[in-house]
Amino acid sequence: MVRRSPDTRPDTPSDAHLGAPADIRPDGPADARPDAPAEGRSRGFLNLGKARLRSGGTAPAPSHRTFRLAAPPVSGILRPRLIAVCAALAVATFLILCWGVSTGDYPIGLTAVMKALVGSGDPGTLLVVRELRLPRAVVGLLVGVAFGISGALFQTMTRNPLASPDMIGITEGAGTAVVAGIVFGWSGGLGTQTFGLIGALATALLVYVLAWKRGTTGYRIVLVGIGVSWICTSATDYLVARGGQFQAQAALGWLVGNLNGRTWDQVVPLTVVMVVLVPAALMLSRLMRTLQLGDDVAAGLGTPVQPVRLALLLTGVGLIAFGTAAAGPIAFVALAAPQIAQRLARTAWPPPIASGLAGAMVVLASDLIARTMISGTELPVGIVTGVLGAPILLWLLIRANRAGSGG
Amino acid sequence: MSTIDPDLRASGLSLAYDNRLVVENLDLVVPPGRITAIVGANACGKSTLLRALARLLAPRQGSVQLDGRALQSIPTRELARRLGILPQGPVAPEGLTVIDLVNRGRSPHQTWWRQWSKADEQAVHGALAATGMTDLANRAVDELSGGQRQRAWIAMAVAQGTPVLLLDEPTTYLDLAHQIDVLDLVTDLNRRENRTIVMVLHDLNQACRYADHVIAMKSGRIVAEGAPAEVITARSVEEIFNLRCQIATDPVSGTPLIIPMGRHHDVSDVQAVAGTAG
Repeated sequence: MVRRSPDTRPDTPSDAHLGAPADIRPDGPADARPDAPAEGRSRGFLNLGKARLRSGGTAPAPSHRTFRLAAPPVSGILRPRLIAVCAALAVATFLILCWGVSTGDYPIGLTAVMKALVGSGDPGTLLVVRELRLPRAVVGLLVGVAFGISGALFQTMTRNPLASPDMIGITEGAGTAVVAGIVFGWSGGLGTQTFGLIGALATALLVYVLAWKRGTTGYRIVLVGIGVSWICTSATDYLVARGGQFQAQAALGWLVGNLNGRTWDQVVPLTVVMVVLVPAALMLSRLMRTLQLGDDVAAGLGTPVQPVRLALLLTGVGLIAFGTAAAGPIAFVALAAPQIAQRLARTAWPPPIASGLAGAMVVLASDLIARTMISGTELPVGIVTGVLGAPILLWLLIRANRAGSGG
Repeated sequence: MSTIDPDLRASGLSLAYDNRLVVENLDLVVPPGRITAIVGANACGKSTLLRALARLLAPRQGSVQLDGRALQSIPTRELARRLGILPQGPVAPEGLTVIDLVNRGRSPHQTWWRQWSKADEQAVHGALAATGMTDLANRAVDELSGGQRQRAWIAMAVAQGTPVLLLDEPTTYLDLAHQIDVLDLVTDLNRRENRTIVMVLHDLNQACRYADHVIAMKSGRIVAEGAPAEVITARSVEEIFNLRCQIATDPVSGTPLIIPMGRHHDVSDVQAVAGTAG
């Protein structure tokens, strides 16, 4: 492969007509080998060089840090703020999880909870923590991560923050299937989960097929999805109205999104699915960076647009479908979590890992509030996520607008 | 470094959207190492042709070949290392910085774990310097002026490091000074780095001044091609654009300069004015 590399360019004459001196050389990136031929800008190992690429003193220039290792040839752009946001979200999520486990009819201290998590403590505490309360918390954690990452995939793929899976019909489809199962009395045992899964996957397939016209585009998926979503909502409402009072109540309980009474039975399938889909989502996120620039640009940059979009859809749908099957369509998480993460990290796209962590945090915090707000009653978590997620999102939007970088 | 001049050509090419045939049975050889401008009236198929040259549109019949291979048979990433395309009016996500955008131009050279190799770094900084965007590297693309934004996108295409660069109306929506700025930049890329450039241009005078080779299209066919002075004549402009004009010599570049006449102006008017004045 012969490729003309533009690396001879710094030797070219001045670009005076463009107002740029040709000899500007950022001092950042350097070779990782200490014995590398020094070019006067080698910085050694984990080069944390901050490129001297400053804007003309007007904008608060975000730093541009890079790293490059020699031994495994790993390199990339470091985003300190994104890393810090991920770490902070992870710590906060863990603390909220422990707090949630410690709270209940039989209160357990926070330290006792942490000890019990690693397997030490008296048998009574161990039983309460590990068999009774932890499954619920873990389902909340996994579902939050699944919703957050799935939302990030959809929003990036369609370049539209409103295109989260709970807006384009996928969760609504799951709802219709589950309610149909309840009303017609088909469900029992794992029935609800299976129905939710089938409903979500079938709706996603329907949206994809209807949106197909010589390939798919982001906005076609959004428009078709919104239409399909309303059809599913109407069908669900019809089924609820048609069903008996008892069935209607069961259906509504599921439709709100609920973590009550979750056991390891729900954890296992969700974990298996996420072990496959979360790494897939992270692998795809590299390709999403070009897809964000538009289909034509992405294709020109060597991204196989339609296969990548299909893979993204399958991954996002899988995450949302299994999450919904385990906990019901918890409102607002897939929409808000990626936006919260994006604004905290100040990136131009919803960062997948931070989105997942933000989703987990929102779900676990909402569940904690739902269980403790009214003593003696355990509200479904879905009632709180909307109430909690919306103000966070609004606050971030307003703050961003005031800072002049709204969006 | 051995360099092979890229050989981009189309043979028997027919292009269609649904059932509407836009380009029919077209043959074309892009002169390597030169700047080629595709000109023609609106809806003559020039952008469609450019999209086919970049494999954004599959041929209905015939083929486009790069270095003797049909585009359709070249692996996507490999093609993206040989041929770059900047579509018309691209939109960057809100808040994306210039350097992030330019680095994305390196995608065909990057892997999941290697995203800032020495070559990436040199290409990105080189592209920023070549386009005069170094000082704006950390600004958000959507905050820039139209001209700066277009330079940022060109910087992305430059960082891609392809011997062939296709540009679809790179001067659209820019004021005159920025149009000239962008075209000067394109000339730099051609002269200094010997990149083969094909661009769709609206402005005939700019095409004459900046292109070595002009391809004039009408109704999906090539009606004339060659050096600007050969292709652009009063007769050909009338045929291609249905516009009466006179051709002068551009006093700055010596290339043809089109002076359109329209219905209200004619040489006899000027003579009449000169007559009354004298």
